[in-house]
Amino acid sequence: MAPKVLVSRRRLLGIGAVGAGSLLLGGCDDSVSENPKLLDFIDKAAAFTYRAQRLILPRGALAPEYSEMDVAAVFRPNGSTSPSDPAYRALARGNFADWRLKVDGLVERPMQLSLADLRALPARTQITRHDCVEGWSCIGKWTGTPLSEVLNRAGVKPQAKFVLFHCADKFSQAGVPDAFDPNQSDTVDGGGVNYYESIDFVDAYHPQTLLAYGLNGQALPVTYGAPLRLRLGRQLGYKQAKYVMRIELVDSFRRFGAGRGGYWEDQGYEWYAGI
Amino acid sequence: MSEIALKKSPARRVTIRRHGVIVRLTHWINAFAWIFLLMSGLQIFNAHPALYWGKQSNFDRPFLSMTASTQDPTRGVTWIAGHAFDTTGWFGVSKRNGELTQRGFPELMTWPGEQDLATGRRWHFFFAWLLVINGSVYLIAGLLSRHFSRDLLPTWRDIRQIPHSIFEHLRLRFPHERRYNVLQKLAYFSTALIALPLMVLTGLTMSPGMDAAFPWLLEIFGGRQSARSIHFFTASFLVLFVVVHLAMVLISGVFNNLRSMITGRYVVEEEP
Repeated sequence: MAPKVLVSRRRLLGIGAVGAGSLLLGGCDDSVSENPKLLDFIDKAAAFTYRAQRLILPRGALAPEYSEMDVAAVFRPNGSTSPSDPAYRALARGNFADWRLKVDGLVERPMQLSLADLRALPARTQITRHDCVEGWSCIGKWTGTPLSEVLNRAGVKPQAKFVLFHCADKFSQAGVPDAFDPNQSDTVDGGGVNYYESIDFVDAYHPQTLLAYGLNGQALPVTYGAPLRLRLGRQLGYKQAKYVMRIELVDSFRRFGAGRGGYWEDQGYEWYAGI
Repeated sequence: MSEIALKKSPARRVTIRRHGVIVRLTHWINAFAWIFLLMSGLQIFNAHPALYWGKQSNFDRPFLSMTASTQDPTRGVTWIAGHAFDTTGWFGVSKRNGELTQRGFPELMTWPGEQDLATGRRWHFFFAWLLVINGSVYLIAGLLSRHFSRDLLPTWRDIRQIPHSIFEHLRLRFPHERRYNVLQKLAYFSTALIALPLMVLTGLTMSPGMDAAFPWLLEIFGGRQSARSIHFFTASFLVLFVVVHLAMVLISGVFNNLRSMITGRYVVEEEP
């Protein structure tokens, strides 16, 4: 009896080892590692992570804040640093005096806010760490209006589930940000897609969620997302949308882009980037 | 006892149950998850193949980095504490579809093989959950059954045996005994009860969400970038452990060893 069991277990292990081996060798052409059905399955872990962190993380728990001494001498910009969109370029030339932030979608009172309007609202300054999905971190001092101030003024309709940010910068299909070329004043974007992002209301109402218009005591430079960018304390860099032009409250983000809730999400990154 | 007497009475072979079913099961699940965690981890590392110490990245002074040479982009250079090493073909620059490409670790070591951070992260976090769930079962069972204190925690007597045990290993003498020798205890204890929990904790410290929930994680590891570096070095320790572990399994009675981790049965030789 015992030897029989032994053989079948050894065979089972053999099958496991061969299976794991062929899975790994398959890595050379990535037919297994990038198999859409397998990825759909392993994405259950991402949904589990989101639920687990929402369970563990108290709603108001703050991301660590740092001291002035910790502010990075040179804050590394990521994503687009110089959008090529002609309308955006025109606004930038006028120092964003004509820029208006549109707030619409599932709100009681759609609004258009100028930079002066936003600056007149209660402000918050925070020295927080920016964690890029690539692995690096930079500490910066951000000043802006808590998103909750704007949402409360616009009046959130009960059907709203997500806050969606529409941005002025474009990315090519290959994930390369567009860049304004000063030698070609009539730069036309190469048909890329606009950056966008979305967050849930736990993050939208979090005190460290800012519509930031200032970095390190200065007006937010174009490189870092002027005139307005999103700052979240508890998620990775790609959620921190730059060049925000419009805030739309939606009940679902399925109808935007590839339906995964953001530009990088559509390229395969997790929607919940708290990890 | 004379030499002749020893030869005349060969050791008695006794079959014992060495590993309980939970240890065997969690061992293989762990081994499976670990391979994918390592390879997808190297994929993630490749997105920014540089390590820093502290809260944030001081980009001009990583203490370890893998890049292409600025003079010759076909040369791979690994920088360690300011010293450059030519690692062409392995680190910094390696072949991808027959062409030299700038990347940290080569495609054979990463999962997926091509540079694809998004997919690497998805696999990494999937197997991270498997490792955590599997490891929790192992830890709870090991505590309840006193497996750790009985079998893994070295005793004072063991500690005094260290020089003797090293000598025995150098002579490639591996007596099959009922209990682990002290070097085994130290290796298994440091891997299962120190290195793997350290991997989980440093991994969690890299999560901005977990840093808000448990800010003390940043305190104990000295910041997110330090935690990332400790994660990398602890993974390197695990690679070293696995290499030595596999070598020892092979040279100290591969059939007996493998059987003990599959069916639990292990043959020991005892004085009659």
